[in-house]
Amino acid sequence: MDSVEHPDRQNLLAIHNISKAFAGISALSSASLDVGHAEVHALVGQNGAGKSTLIKILTGYMSRDAGDIKFDGGTFEARSPQDAQAKGISTIYQEINLVPYRSITENICLGRERRRFGLLDWKTMHEEARHLMARFNVEFDVSKPLLSFNTATQQMVAIARAIGFEAKLVIMDEPTSSLDEREVAVLFDVIRQLKQSGISVIFVSHKLDELYAVCDRVTIMRDGRTVKTSDMKSISKIELVASMLGRDIAQVSKNATAFGGRKGKIGDVLLEAQGLNAGHKVQNVSLSVKRGEIVGLAGLLGAGRTETARLIFGADPMHTGSLLLDAKPFVPREPIDAIGQGIGFSSEDRKLEGIIPEMSLAENMTLALMPQLSRLGIVDESQQRAIVEKFITRLGIKCSGPGQRIRELSGGNQQKVLLARWLAMNPKLLILDEPTRGIDVGAKGEIQTLIKELADQGLGVLMVSSELEEVIEGSDRIFVLREGHNVAEFAGKQISEAAVMAAMAHGNSDGQEIKS
Amino acid sequence: MNDSPPAQVIEANRFDFWAFLTRNATMLALVALIVFNAFFTNHFLSMQTLYVNLTQVATIVIVGVGMTLVIATGGIDLSVGSLMAISGAIAPLIFLGTAVHIGEIHLAVAVGMIVAVAAAGAFGWFNGWLITRFRIQPIIATLVLFIAGRGIAQVSTNGNLQPFKLSQFQWIGLGRWFGVPVQVVIMIVLVAAATWMLKRSLFGRQILATGGNENAARLAGIPVASVKRWVYCISGLCSGVAGLVVIAINSSSDANLVGLGMELDAIAAVAVGGTLLSGGRATVTGTLIGALIIQLVRYTLLANGVNDDVAKLVKAALIVLAVWLQRQGRA
Repeated sequence: MDSVEHPDRQNLLAIHNISKAFAGISALSSASLDVGHAEVHALVGQNGAGKSTLIKILTGYMSRDAGDIKFDGGTFEARSPQDAQAKGISTIYQEINLVPYRSITENICLGRERRRFGLLDWKTMHEEARHLMARFNVEFDVSKPLLSFNTATQQMVAIARAIGFEAKLVIMDEPTSSLDEREVAVLFDVIRQLKQSGISVIFVSHKLDELYAVCDRVTIMRDGRTVKTSDMKSISKIELVASMLGRDIAQVSKNATAFGGRKGKIGDVLLEAQGLNAGHKVQNVSLSVKRGEIVGLAGLLGAGRTETARLIFGADPMHTGSLLLDAKPFVPREPIDAIGQGIGFSSEDRKLEGIIPEMSLAENMTLALMPQLSRLGIVDESQQRAIVEKFITRLGIKCSGPGQRIRELSGGNQQKVLLARWLAMNPKLLILDEPTRGIDVGAKGEIQTLIKELADQGLGVLMVSSELEEVIEGSDRIFVLREGHNVAEFAGKQISEAAVMAAMAHGNSDGQEIKS
Repeated sequence: MNDSPPAQVIEANRFDFWAFLTRNATMLALVALIVFNAFFTNHFLSMQTLYVNLTQVATIVIVGVGMTLVIATGGIDLSVGSLMAISGAIAPLIFLGTAVHIGEIHLAVAVGMIVAVAAAGAFGWFNGWLITRFRIQPIIATLVLFIAGRGIAQVSTNGNLQPFKLSQFQWIGLGRWFGVPVQVVIMIVLVAAATWMLKRSLFGRQILATGGNENAARLAGIPVASVKRWVYCISGLCSGVAGLVVIAINSSSDANLVGLGMELDAIAAVAVGGTLLSGGRATVTGTLIGALIIQLVRYTLLANGVNDDVAKLVKAALIVLAVWLQRQGRA
C-alpha cells in the first residue's frame, strides 16, 4: 500500500448528480459526493434524507436513474455488492453481516479461500487472518467462532475482511450504534490506521461528537439532495444541525438552550431499589427515583444498565433485593405486575422488543392498555380511536392514519408510538432504555423535550442511554454502573461530563471527589 | 417542508396493494374454480353438489379454525388428527355403555360427546403446557401427541372397532338443520365466531400480538404463556368436535383411521387461505376459502376423470403458490 496524501488531492470517488426515483417519487435528486484519497468523509442527514439510497446505489444494491460515478480514476459501475467489493468498495453495516458460527479466519477469508492441492489451506488462512487482525493491537484466537466475541471485535473482523479484499474505500453505516465509549475509541484508532494506509472511509453516523473526532470532511444530505460539503474544522455543530434540519441557525440555538430548562418540582420518593442482584450482571445495585424526576442510568456497554432496568420491570428474574414503590414493597414477577402498578418500560431494541410489525399503529399503541379498553373481553374500538388520535396529535406522529402498519413508519415515529403505548395508561414511572437510539435528530429532540414535559407533570423517569450527552443534559440525577455495581451518584451541579466519565471508567464511588 | 418523506407513503401503498392482491387471489381462485365447473362439470350447479363438497370440507375447516389460531401465535399443531381419534374413541365408549352405563340414551350421548370433546381439549391444553412450561418447539411438542394420541385411542378401545347405529348421536354427521347439513352449520358458526374473536376481542389481539412479536407482547403485559395454552386447548376442542363428526358419518369409530392425515389438510387450508405461517396475521375466513379451494380442485379433477394421486400433486402446487404469494406480499 502506497503513501499517504495525494498532493493534488485528486478524488478517489466522485459521485456526480445521481438521481433515483421510486414509483415517480424522487428519493435522490442530483446528489453529488467527492471523497479524497485517505480521507474520512462523514455523510449525515435525517432519516429519509437519502443517505442509504446513495450508499445502496454506490454499492450495487440498486440501480440509478441518472448521474455518473468515478472511482479510482475510471468510471465505476457495481452490479452487486460482491461486484463492488471486488472493485474495492466494502461496506460494514450496523448489524454485522458475517457468519456467527464460523471462526474469525473463515469470516475473513469467506469468498476467497486459500487452497492447496484442492484442499483448504488452513495454515495460510489463519496466518493471513492473524496478520490482518494484528493491526488492532489485540491478540485474538482466530480459530474461535465469531459469536464468542463482542460486537466491537466482530466489527474489527468485518473491517479486517474489507482490508483483506484490498478495499480502497470502506463505507461504515452507523458503526458505533452498538458500541460503548471504549469500543468506539478502539474503532476510531482503526479508522485512523486505515487512513494512514491510504484507505478512505465514508462514515455514516447520527452522533455529532464522533464526526468531529474522526472525520476530515462532512457532506450533509437533506430531502434527497447533498446540500453542503465542508471541512469538519470549519463547521460548527449548530451549523451542521441547522443544515440537516434545513432551519436557520438562530432557531436551532434557541431550541438548544430551551432544552436545558426544567420547570417542574421534584417530589417524594417514588421508587426505591435496594441491593438488586441477578447473576454477575447486576450486583448489589441500589437506586431511587422521585416523582417528577429524570434519573439517568449511565455506564459502559455491559455495565448492567439494561439488566437493572429489566429487573425493576419484572422482565427478568431477580435473585435478591427489594423494591419499594410508593413506600410499599413491590415484587414484579412478570412485566404485567409492573404495568399493573403504573410502570412502563420501553426497550432498547425497538424491532425485537418494541413494535409488533404486522399490527397497525393503533393496535401497537394500545397494546398495554387493551385490558382497560375492553369490556367482557371485547375491545371498545371507539374509545381506542379517541385515545390513538389524541396521541398522534400530541406527539406529532407522522402517519397516513391510525390503521397504518407500524413497520411502515420511520424509526422516530415508531418510537413515539411506543412512548404513547405507555403514556396512554397514565403511568407513575417510565423506564426508558435508549429512548432515542437510531432515530433522526429532529425526532430525537422532540422525544427529549417530551420526556422533560412529562417529568414536569410529575412522572418519574428512569432513563438508560449510551449517549453521554443525552444522560448529562437530560437527567436531574445520575447513577453510574460499572461491571454490574453501582459506583457513583451525581445530582444537580455535580453532574459533569468529566465526572460521569471518570466514574464509568474508574468506578470511583464518590461523585463529589471526582469533580476536582 | 421537512414533513413525512414521500417515499414512505408510496411504500405504504405498495404494501396495501399486495396485501389486497394476496387476499383476493384466493377468492379469485375460488370463483374461477366455480365458474370452470359450472361450464365443464355435469350437474355442478345443484344443491346436492354444494352439500357434498361442504360436508366433505367441514371437518377440515373445523380443525382449521383451531389450527389458524395456533399458527397465528407462531406455533403449529401436529396432534389434531390424533386428538380426533381420541375423541372419536371416547364418545362411543360412553354412549354404547362400554365404559360406564348410563340408562337414558340422550343423556348418555350428551355425556359422551361432552367428555370426548373435553378430553381432546385437555390434551390440547397439555400441548400448550409442554410448549410454554419447557419451551419446547411446537412442532416437537405436538409431535408427542401426534404419535402417542392414536396409541391412547387404541388402548382405550382395546384396539376394537366400535360400530353403532344411533340416530340420537349421528345427527352431528348425518342430520340437517333447516335443510343444511349439521356439520356445515357447526363449521359456519365456528368460522364466524373465530373471525369475530380475532377482529374484536381482547383475546384475538393477544393472539396476534403473541405471534407478531412475542418479546414485545410480553413486555406490554400480555400473558403469552396463557394465551398459547388457550389456543392449543381450542385447537384440541375443535379436533374433538371434528372427531365426533367423522365417526357419526362412518357409523363406527376406528382409532386407526379417524383423523388420519388431518394435520396436513388443516395446515394446507390455513396456508392457502393466506394466514402468515410465521404468526401475527391470520384470517379464519381465508382458511375456509383455502379448504374450499383444495376440496374443489380435488372434486373438479375427480369429476373430470383425473386420478386422485394427480389431485394430490395439484394440492401441493397450490400450497407452493400460496406461500409464494405470501412472500410477494411481504417483500
